[in-house]
Amino acid sequence: MASIIEVKNLRHVYSAGTPFEHVALEDVSFTVERGEFIGIIGHTGSGKSTLMQHLNGLLRPTSGTVLLDGKDIWTDKATTRQSRFRVGLVFQYPEYQLFEETVYKDISFGPKNMGLDEQEVDRRVRQTAELVGLTPEQLEASPFELSGGQKRRVAIAGVIAMEPEVLILDEPTAGLDPSGRAEVLGNIEAYRKAKNATIMMVSHSMTDVARLTQRLLVMNGSHLAMDGTPREVFARAQELVDMGLDIPEITRVFLKLKELGLPVEPVYTNEQAVAQLTALRGGVIHA
Amino acid sequence: MNTGIQTEHLAYQYPGVDNTPGVAVFEDLNISIAEGSFVAILGSNGCGKSTLAKHFNAILLPSGGKVYVCGMDTAKEDRIIPIRRNVGMVFQNPDNQIVANVVEEDVAFGPENLGIASPMIRKRVDEALKQVDMYQYREHAPHLLSGGQKQRVAIAGVIAMEPKFIVLDEPTAMLDPKGRREVMQTVSRLNREKGITVVLITHHMDEAAMAQRVVVLHKGQVALDGSPKEVFSQVEVLHGIGLAAPETVELCNDLNHQGFDLPLDCLNAEECAQAIYDMLQTRGQED
Repeated sequence: MASIIEVKNLRHVYSAGTPFEHVALEDVSFTVERGEFIGIIGHTGSGKSTLMQHLNGLLRPTSGTVLLDGKDIWTDKATTRQSRFRVGLVFQYPEYQLFEETVYKDISFGPKNMGLDEQEVDRRVRQTAELVGLTPEQLEASPFELSGGQKRRVAIAGVIAMEPEVLILDEPTAGLDPSGRAEVLGNIEAYRKAKNATIMMVSHSMTDVARLTQRLLVMNGSHLAMDGTPREVFARAQELVDMGLDIPEITRVFLKLKELGLPVEPVYTNEQAVAQLTALRGGVIHA
Repeated sequence: MNTGIQTEHLAYQYPGVDNTPGVAVFEDLNISIAEGSFVAILGSNGCGKSTLAKHFNAILLPSGGKVYVCGMDTAKEDRIIPIRRNVGMVFQNPDNQIVANVVEEDVAFGPENLGIASPMIRKRVDEALKQVDMYQYREHAPHLLSGGQKQRVAIAGVIAMEPKFIVLDEPTAMLDPKGRREVMQTVSRLNREKGITVVLITHHMDEAAMAQRVVVLHKGQVALDGSPKEVFSQVEVLHGIGLAAPETVELCNDLNHQGFDLPLDCLNAEECAQAIYDMLQTRGQED
């Protein structure tokens, strides 16, 4: 795998030189490989959002660099502009940003801005709509006639239609019911698979990141506190709780089982839990 | 009955645009909330949870049927002020609910509007802030607080009006795990120690599990109603309407599909681990 993003010694200070000076990021460094699905967790105010906004040039580092495909995104204006198309950002509650008369027009807004011709815009809108499960009839509807979960998917589709190599999402499932959450997460994974895209997802749901991601970045007090697989990160349960975070409930059940004296290894998804317990019981029913 | 909140044959239809008929949310909904209880209301997006909450303090009025708060008909205009005084509301986004520049002034806003004498307001504000554990922040600026702290200030603002009921509409949707814990502990303490009736609307099953009673709404009707253990053990029904059970119940359900025989009412990690442990032990003895 080739690295797509490299963050080196990133530091960001808000309102520098004023009484409100605040260091939001301090010496953050990491590398992201193409096609990775990364979860970003951290308490409110830990620097997650500030970090995300550096990755497509919405914020400029106070010091340090952000490289996209090996090139500093602040090299020149054209590179910065390109980075905004190559790295797509979906903010919290993105459905509040829907504004067009029809779903079709809303999804086509980004691709049109990229200067693509009408045919290509049309292809992208239709392909994206299919990927997120919107019917051709829904494309002609007003986005405001849709349900909450559908609106959210339209808003995400608007960014996916720009076919970014890196898709960054800030709490894409906040406020959705369980089936809405599953649909949105399914859409994101489908896009990753279809385009070998890199996904970075900020979430407060330890269960969601445990289920989907291969790697977790943990932000704490402006620093990158941990960088590892979900297994490595959730093994440090107490540290996470001290940072105002949590571990998945399933992991908690297994810590308790271990305490009770069962020979179990830490898990963080239901599949792993079921596999271990069935093995432990001695004999898989449908083997 | 003169206490609590009751809906009798509640019907509600949102007004349509340009003389078209609006969306009917309820046709005949009957729910009774007993004074002093802690009730969680669950349901998929668009099932009518928030619409129902807005009927509890006369923000919305029924298109048909009645809503009574402590025996007062919400449709009677002269009852609106006593009803709003008795039913406090807390919404999802703390930033939309804070009106003042200093925490204690924000909390004083409600009682001031009720025309209460200043020394009394002082006393109520101090007490309310102590109850949500935010007294030491009384002179802080609200916008610099964390999400969980802001939400607790919003709750203090409601309890300073000394309502009998607090209705919270997804109060933790935008919070990190620590903020969620803080808010849930506060809410459940207010119910337990102060006897305030709590109606909690949520998408988080683990939060609903903290209530005494769980009501599941589906398409404007009550689909399930009972104790958390009774409701959450109906895993298949919950899945059928786009919801989920708490993670521990989901795990037991998955294990039962593999031939285990676990109870479906373990609502926390300790109970769940104990049930799994007990089952494996008994099995060991049989062999």
